[in-house]
Amino acid sequence: MSESMADNRSKNRRTTLILSLVVVAMFGFGFALVPLYNLFCQITGTQSLAQRGEIGKIAQVTDRVDENRWVTVKFDTTVNPNLPWEFSAETAKMRVHPGQTYEINFHARNRSSASVTGQAIPSVAPWQATPYFSKMECFCFNKQRLEGSQETTMPLRFMVSADLPPEINSLTLSYSFMRLKEEEQGERKSDSPQLIAANQDK
Amino acid sequence: MSTTTLSHDEAHHHDAPKGWKRWLFSTNHKDIGTLYLLFALTMLFLGGASAMLIRMELFMPGIQMLDPDLYNNLVTNHALIMIFGAVMPAAAGLANWMIPMMIGAPDMALPRMNNLSFWVLPAAATMLILSFVVPFFPGGGTQINTGWTLYPPLSVQVGMSMDFLIFAVHLLGISSVLASINIIVTLLNMRAPGMSLFKMPMFCWTWLVTAFLLILVVPVLAGGVTMLLFDRHFGTSFFDAAGGGDPVLFQHLFWFFGHPEVYILLLPSIGVLSHVIPAFARKPLFGYKSMVGAMLAVATIGMVVWAHHQYTIGMSLGAVTYFMIGTILISIPVGLMIFNFIATMWRGAMTFETPMLFAVGIVLMFTFGGLSGVMLAVVPADMQYHDSMFVVAHFHYVLMPGAVFGLFAGVFYWLPKWTGHMYDEKLGKLFFWINVISFNITFFPQHFLGLAGMPRRIVDYNMIFTEFNVVSSIGAMVFGLSHLLFLYIIIKTIRGGKKAEKRAWEGAKGLEWELDSPPAFHTWTVAPQIK
Repeated sequence: MSESMADNRSKNRRTTLILSLVVVAMFGFGFALVPLYNLFCQITGTQSLAQRGEIGKIAQVTDRVDENRWVTVKFDTTVNPNLPWEFSAETAKMRVHPGQTYEINFHARNRSSASVTGQAIPSVAPWQATPYFSKMECFCFNKQRLEGSQETTMPLRFMVSADLPPEINSLTLSYSFMRLKEEEQGERKSDSPQLIAANQDK
Repeated sequence: MSTTTLSHDEAHHHDAPKGWKRWLFSTNHKDIGTLYLLFALTMLFLGGASAMLIRMELFMPGIQMLDPDLYNNLVTNHALIMIFGAVMPAAAGLANWMIPMMIGAPDMALPRMNNLSFWVLPAAATMLILSFVVPFFPGGGTQINTGWTLYPPLSVQVGMSMDFLIFAVHLLGISSVLASINIIVTLLNMRAPGMSLFKMPMFCWTWLVTAFLLILVVPVLAGGVTMLLFDRHFGTSFFDAAGGGDPVLFQHLFWFFGHPEVYILLLPSIGVLSHVIPAFARKPLFGYKSMVGAMLAVATIGMVVWAHHQYTIGMSLGAVTYFMIGTILISIPVGLMIFNFIATMWRGAMTFETPMLFAVGIVLMFTFGGLSGVMLAVVPADMQYHDSMFVVAHFHYVLMPGAVFGLFAGVFYWLPKWTGHMYDEKLGKLFFWINVISFNITFFPQHFLGLAGMPRRIVDYNMIFTEFNVVSSIGAMVFGLSHLLFLYIIIKTIRGGKKAEKRAWEGAKGLEWELDSPPAFHTWTVAPQIK
């Protein structure tokens, strides 16, 4: 009897040990998901369009202007809490004809007294519309530097391609303004998608 | 070492130790089971009180009594208290009480760890309550307005109460992981000679699968909230886009835990049903092996469909299609379980004592919740239902019948075994009817509210939603208060009542019914022989 109990004890100890290892491994797996998640998205091609570098790329360019069709473009602005700026679009939304070029102004103001550099990261929702939204001229192509309390008006020239799928009749262009670190304010032709990765590397 | 040896010897040579030491230092599975159940009951009332406050605020449109942040904090607390404080400990309490008695083991395999896994819980509950209390004091920061999902970036910006909550989640996780390890070791190593895995009672099977799910997913949640803590205080950017992180990553980590968690809540109650229905239909369970298989299938598929909670985050078409098909697939094994229960009742000599009433109610209402779940699984439909009251109605229809009513059924079924007294059957039936009717009054109208476009987690709502909200709130008050009757029945049964026989129910089968009611402090010190 006591022998079988001792036997049971060592068996219990072994099972407990194995299960504890599973727990530790799963805790590690949680952290491993951070790189695995990106890797998975790259392999299966489900990563975001920004990472694929498709933002700003124009899939279809036709000169055709579709006078019969109206598409609503909404403008959304976000400022990262690290950036002491105000940032807003001139109008919240515009009704546009696909194929025609439009212009809209964005306003930014530096609320701090120091000079700060930032850059806007664009994204389009729904994401299926991204290749059909082209920016001819955008403040997001470059870094923006504002002196203390400086205000500025930044233009955006854009066009929605006439090849935009017919089921999409409204899309949102969203900008997130991010702060650039001081040492990066040197010369760098920073295209928007690489900005995030570059910041991370520093 | 010497003290532990001493207490070990004591447990073998004496009867129950007296006073508070009996509970604080307990290594007895029955006492720890009782502690778990009492803790869960306390938390049920705490979580229920927060739910009643929520429904009081929603009685009328406009903001009557709760600030928006306070309202959202109550929503957060209601969910966390009910899931981690009430349902999981109650299921663990049943497991502690019943598993050793069912498999013919003298106690749990790791009695001291059992003690630890319970006594971590009150500490965790204190942390959770502190996270709610702290913002009321000067310098306490803002309230937790994220909901139980704790999504960043909002959860990174909340004040110090979020840190209390993160540590509470850590402690709750440690408790349930320890309890799960204990249960698995007990079930694998301590079964009576002759009891093969496929002779194990269904409740033990459900807990075996539940415990495996727990040790697989709870550490991932712990990792996720640890990253959140690091983002908040140590300058990392796991979830901060400005630093190269991705807030959506947290959603994946959370739901990798959160979806299997649904089955963790459900399965022990399915186990209870597998005992209650055969007992009161006086027929053996229909399709024992297919039940085990269905349960394993649910657990396996349930591990890999988590992102159906995140359809609206902008996943690729391939990804959402996969998650949709996977989710709909789950309805097949779940449906099989339901049909097994119905087939068990088919042509049985049924009587409707309180546990059986709850069991039949579960089969009906859980199926209903499952069907609205299939609606939510369909991507284009979910785009409409997402974050609406329809979702609230859906998961209350799965979790109340699926988890809580199952636990009620278990409590009524085994209460005579635990206390040695029969509960008052009239009061039990009264409790069932009040409880189930008010439950439906509360949650059924919320389907309509959701379909009409009322969002969840918002303190105020449009005038057009008033009528259904009034109905729902009135139902919620009755529903909440009906649990006082439950408490009264339990107290009454503990204090006295008709003496329960060994086999308290005519049709009850299993080793636990061969012990006295109430069982001796130590049972099955000599293992029974299974033929």
